[in-house]
Amino acid sequence: MKQTFAVGIGGAAGQGVATPGDIFAKIFSRRGLHLNAYNAYQSIIRGGHTFLTIRTGPEKVTNMGDRVDLLIPLNQDAMDRHLGLLTDGAACIYNSETIKPGVEVEGVQLCPLPVAKLADITRNKVAQNTLAVGAALSMMGIGFQALEEVLGEQFKKKGDAVVSENVDIARAGYDYATANFKPFAWPLPMTGNRYAVLSGNVAMAMGGAAAGVKFYCAYPMSPSTGVLHWMAAHARKAGIMVRQVEDEIGVVNMAIGAAHAGVRSMCATSGGGFALMTEGLGLSAMMETPVVVIDCQRAGPSTGVPTKTEQGDLWQMLGAAFGDYPRALAAPLDIGDCFKIIPEVFNIVDRFQCPGIVLCDLLLSEGRLSVDPKDLDFGPVVDRGELITAASSEPNGDGVYKRYKITESGISPRAIPGVEGYTHTAASDEHDEDGVLISDEFTNPTKRRAMMEKRMRKVAGIEAVVPPPVLWGPRDADVTLIGWGSTMGVIEEACEILIEQGISANQLQIRWLVPLHGEAILDILKEARHTIIVENNYSGQFARYLRSETSFVPDGHIRKYDGEPFMPHHIVEAVKEQMSGKTKLSVPAHEILV
Amino acid sequence: MATALAATNHVAMNDFKGKVDPDWCPGCGDFGVLSAVQKALVDLQIPNHNVVTISGIGCSSNFPGFINTYGMHTLHGRALAVATGVKLANHDLTVLVTGGDGDGFGIGGNHFVHSMRRNVDLLYIVMDNQIYGLTTGQTSPTSRVGMKTKSMPFGNIESPVNPISLALAAGATFVARGFSAEQKHLTELIKQGIRHKGFSFLDVFSPCVTYNHDNTYQWFRPRVKKLEDDRAYDPADWMAAMGKSLLWDEEIPIGKFFERTDVPTLHGAEPVLNAGPLAHADLRIPVDVTRTFVEELM
Repeated sequence: MKQTFAVGIGGAAGQGVATPGDIFAKIFSRRGLHLNAYNAYQSIIRGGHTFLTIRTGPEKVTNMGDRVDLLIPLNQDAMDRHLGLLTDGAACIYNSETIKPGVEVEGVQLCPLPVAKLADITRNKVAQNTLAVGAALSMMGIGFQALEEVLGEQFKKKGDAVVSENVDIARAGYDYATANFKPFAWPLPMTGNRYAVLSGNVAMAMGGAAAGVKFYCAYPMSPSTGVLHWMAAHARKAGIMVRQVEDEIGVVNMAIGAAHAGVRSMCATSGGGFALMTEGLGLSAMMETPVVVIDCQRAGPSTGVPTKTEQGDLWQMLGAAFGDYPRALAAPLDIGDCFKIIPEVFNIVDRFQCPGIVLCDLLLSEGRLSVDPKDLDFGPVVDRGELITAASSEPNGDGVYKRYKITESGISPRAIPGVEGYTHTAASDEHDEDGVLISDEFTNPTKRRAMMEKRMRKVAGIEAVVPPPVLWGPRDADVTLIGWGSTMGVIEEACEILIEQGISANQLQIRWLVPLHGEAILDILKEARHTIIVENNYSGQFARYLRSETSFVPDGHIRKYDGEPFMPHHIVEAVKEQMSGKTKLSVPAHEILV
Repeated sequence: MATALAATNHVAMNDFKGKVDPDWCPGCGDFGVLSAVQKALVDLQIPNHNVVTISGIGCSSNFPGFINTYGMHTLHGRALAVATGVKLANHDLTVLVTGGDGDGFGIGGNHFVHSMRRNVDLLYIVMDNQIYGLTTGQTSPTSRVGMKTKSMPFGNIESPVNPISLALAAGATFVARGFSAEQKHLTELIKQGIRHKGFSFLDVFSPCVTYNHDNTYQWFRPRVKKLEDDRAYDPADWMAAMGKSLLWDEEIPIGKFFERTDVPTLHGAEPVLNAGPLAHADLRIPVDVTRTFVEELM
């Protein structure tokens, strides 16, 4: 097994869970350690219960893992919820003046901090947090200097006095722990690497900037709002027009307008906002104006659980808008992929003049991951397809410019407004090659059929440029786990655990949902001994889609729809349960009450 | 809305002749709006490739197909949202939005209000016939109380929206009303609306000869009074404009109700556009800038 170490910080919203989380993340990544962070929270600004898990280690950390090594409860509620879940070798640092441990767990080191004795709590309201961070670093075997440096940056804006006050408090915690608590068995190592730490939302926003997005608009909606925040904050530096619009109907139509005028245009939302955008996606397809829409899934239906994750929007994406039209639909596999996937999708939609959807979810959107800065490539390949941006010497080619000229590929050269000699109308109504409506006065079945077939020919073109999925892990395995999008990391770790326990397992992870490459998937799966589809929804949306496209029926399903992501042991235990023939459908229970 | 005048090429009426003739009913008020728009563009000498005509759905929204400019015939009610995107991506273009009262004040009401407060630099012409025509005669947001339609056969019991008062309240910086039968007057209002830097709203009485038998040419003619004929009327006076907007029945004002020029346009207020239209911008962000994006995360 890979060596990892996880810190869990719990408290009420507004109690300052985020700051110690940020400090740990910075210290870990600057030591050259990878990390993965997931914050379980609720739709409340003050109160409730927030639980942040930061898992770190020298190798890539792909998910939150199964165990917490260090618990820092900031209130009694957090202590009561989490202490019982700690296991041998873990520790719990807490304010002994306000929080009682309750039941003691064998093998768990309780580390009470006499907060009022160590710091002036009348002056500093979050002194307990800073003391705990100091104590934690001592127990992890990290020198105090690293913390001093980060605190200096954290409080720089508030002035030297605040910096030194916090450094003094942190040092008191550090020294107290050195004198009174037992260090962890595994001191955190140091490597020569340096990583950037970012959320999926920041990654998708930056991926948009890298792709050359010049127009971004949105209506705030969790968990997609982080994309808007990054775009808005960096708009002027990056030369991107960023607008907050009155609703998601306005969002998608404004994005299409900008795209039609010639820029790369993007927007993001969650399931509810996406529902409002569906008519617009059809418009993009019919006018053949490329646009990229990001859907960050949260637990539905309706308003659902706004702060919880799910993979429940797949069929909405597949069925978005009435009528048939070509589209690209891709689900990023991890936070690094959130960056990479955006330029890829833009190249496809620009080339094939159709809408593209990036299907993310809260787990990636709001989770954080360490990424090698080299993997954040701001100079990706840009293919804008057949775009006419300037008048040619022969403005009309063969005499008349036909915006929707019937071609073998289905792609017709697209002129942007402002170019002399190429005026035309792009219509949501069915139209002829020259853009004239064939929907009203004289409908024409022959022309209608020709235009449908022209657009739909692009489907084969898209399929040809998207790579089919590949099988990871040992070829001849006892079990093949099939997942899509954000479950990549947790399934990968589950496979590793299964292999250690003597069950050989491999993984087929789907990134491109449209085009799906059903034939290639069937070729892989017909060799598999036992197949299980793992997904974060109730009805097995991907399983149903795969069946509709390929007639493939897996041996079993692992599904989770409680709002929380899979942990590796959920999958491991479910696989064992299914391999022993107990069930074909496992729904693991989430033990942590968050 | 503002526009750049073409210095060299002579722009003629024929430049704006559409690929097909309008399929509106004979006598429809929309014919008058189409010819007034074409005449205004010729008078202003704006080349057709620098104009984008954008509509929603409905009889009057077929407009872009009947004029030779760049055209977008979008979704029902969404023309203003699309047009805002077009203008922000290329603010060198002259953007005209055309549509009906159902499209603009009904299904598109939200975008109507927000486009005005944003002062998007475009001219929005509503061909207001107080009825749904293409769906064969239902009540519209501007249908008068008591009007009998297929959807309200016993008479409309809902108060109509007042587009002029609404535009004034929402912050439109140019608010006017025309009458399709008053060609010269209408053409003049369109020219003023195109020249205005900011959101220009032009509500045009455009009678539906097939489904609206209440608000006909004959009904409007004796009632409409040009604001321009009242020398004391000051279109810079917002309160006076609001007062005039409330008149109906006996005397219905047409002309320019209001104009102010001191509000920045949406594209003018955003420094990102200082270097020119985004449609022509380099896709690559300089490396020294992208480096700072990554350093923030370390």
